Amino acid sequence: MFTYDFMQNAFAAALLVALVSGSTGYFLVLRGQSFAGHALGHVGFAGATGAVLLGVPPFWGLMAVTIAGGALMGFLGDHLRDRDVAIGVVLSLALGLGLLFLNFFTGSAVQATSLLFGNVLGVDRGTLVQMAVVAVFSFCALGLLARPLLFASVRPELAEARGLDVRLISVAYLALVGVAVAEAVQVVGVLLVFTLMVGPAAAAQRLTVRFVRGFWLSVLLAALAAVAGVALAYLTDWPTSFWISALSAAMYIASVFIIV
Amino acid sequence: MAEAARFEGASLALGGRVILRGLGFVLPQGAFIGVLGPNGAGKTTLLRAMLGLLRPVAGRVTVLGRTATPGGPAIGYLPQTRTPLSELRLSGRDLVAAGAGPAWQMGRLRRAQRQEVEAVIEMVDAGAYADRAVSTLSGGERQRLLLGQALLGAPKMLLLDEPLSSLDPHHQAATIDLVRRLQTRLGITVCFTAHELNPLLPALDLVLYLGRGQAALGSVDEVVTPAVLSRLYGTPIEVFRVQGKVFVMADGYAVERDSHVHL
Repeated sequence: MFTYDFMQNAFAAALLVALVSGSTGYFLVLRGQSFAGHALGHVGFAGATGAVLLGVPPFWGLMAVTIAGGALMGFLGDHLRDRDVAIGVVLSLALGLGLLFLNFFTGSAVQATSLLFGNVLGVDRGTLVQMAVVAVFSFCALGLLARPLLFASVRPELAEARGLDVRLISVAYLALVGVAVAEAVQVVGVLLVFTLMVGPAAAAQRLTVRFVRGFWLSVLLAALAAVAGVALAYLTDWPTSFWISALSAAMYIASVFIIV
Repeated sequence: MAEAARFEGASLALGGRVILRGLGFVLPQGAFIGVLGPNGAGKTTLLRAMLGLLRPVAGRVTVLGRTATPGGPAIGYLPQTRTPLSELRLSGRDLVAAGAGPAWQMGRLRRAQRQEVEAVIEMVDAGAYADRAVSTLSGGERQRLLLGQALLGAPKMLLLDEPLSSLDPHHQAATIDLVRRLQTRLGITVCFTAHELNPLLPALDLVLYLGRGQAALGSVDEVVTPAVLSRLYGTPIEVFRVQGKVFVMADGYAVERDSHVHL
């Protein structure tokens, strides 16, 4: 299975996505903001289909919208708490708009499915290079931000008193989550972004309570789920996204029963 | 005695509403100061002004000889936590370490910073459970770790915001005792906000009592009197002393226990 170009591309894409979503996902779970990943996926759908309509590559349209959405969520911060009705309405509207844009353009069900549920086997060399550049950039940015972000996440009031701009950090971090979502959509689609961002990170935090170890374990588990998911899809001919979501759920469930 | 903080005609406002008006007093260095007063009297606001997070709308607030600015002089702070720590799957040691070093430092902690984290965990006697997840710790254990975190950077002054809330009487007494021991050992100033006076009595050097936008600073005997408290509450107050405890009553209600007195 390693001899085919499309499989090599698929494995590489899976690894890149795991690196970005495992690392940002660690903080998402730590901050109790798992839902943000899911929300940005929905908003991204409208971005991707809108980009197709405007003749822009969908990957960049998707990313522009998820980054802007993430930054806005970070800016609004506490105002979003207990607003599930408003959030739910906006998210469904984003999915609905995405469908409308798709309808204007081609009405192609294949494109809709690959955006909604991912199509890792369709990642070509050009997309892969773009994904790699974005992944390396966002991973390095998160690495630089990691310590102040940890402080601002667990002790916001104290971090503020020590001179950290907690809101700026929140905006920057959720913009990076936007990047991670746009990457993850290439592999698992907008509806299953959760599976790579939250499952491995939550499992990692159950297996170790140390910060640095948990961070890397989260990346490792995400990589394991993504790569094994692609391999199992090849062997069984079942959808990759199904396998990744199943492995991610299995990791989390297993971690709950392992007492550390 | 040198001064830890000075309020000169300082007025503090929140959202355009003046909470404390024309404060003028000096907090001496090395004292254990209990900051008391009813809900909404401005205890947290006062601490935030000393941290430089809130600029006075009039007058000046100087801390350790300099105008208060965030991240400025060596102040340890234990905020009232709105962030729930009960779900946090992070070790106590890493929670403490999150506050080590300059707040904007990127990359790993240096060796000296890691040693400082160990030292403060030792100081609050939290070594036995520092490796456990914060989510599995009791309220008292979490409080100790956070107190240790406030000691990072060798502060000359500790601002503790309602450290007794959500603790049972036994842990309240243990917390006060620990803070008092640290304060004497390190020779630092402590501002300790609380709803109730009695648990603090064994440790207190001074009381800063807030009410109706004003403040009174002095020893317990000077401040906790019918004359001063009637002025701060704006209603006739009686003070009873029974078996070394002090009870503050308005219309037959203990004003500290419930908030029947509205300002």
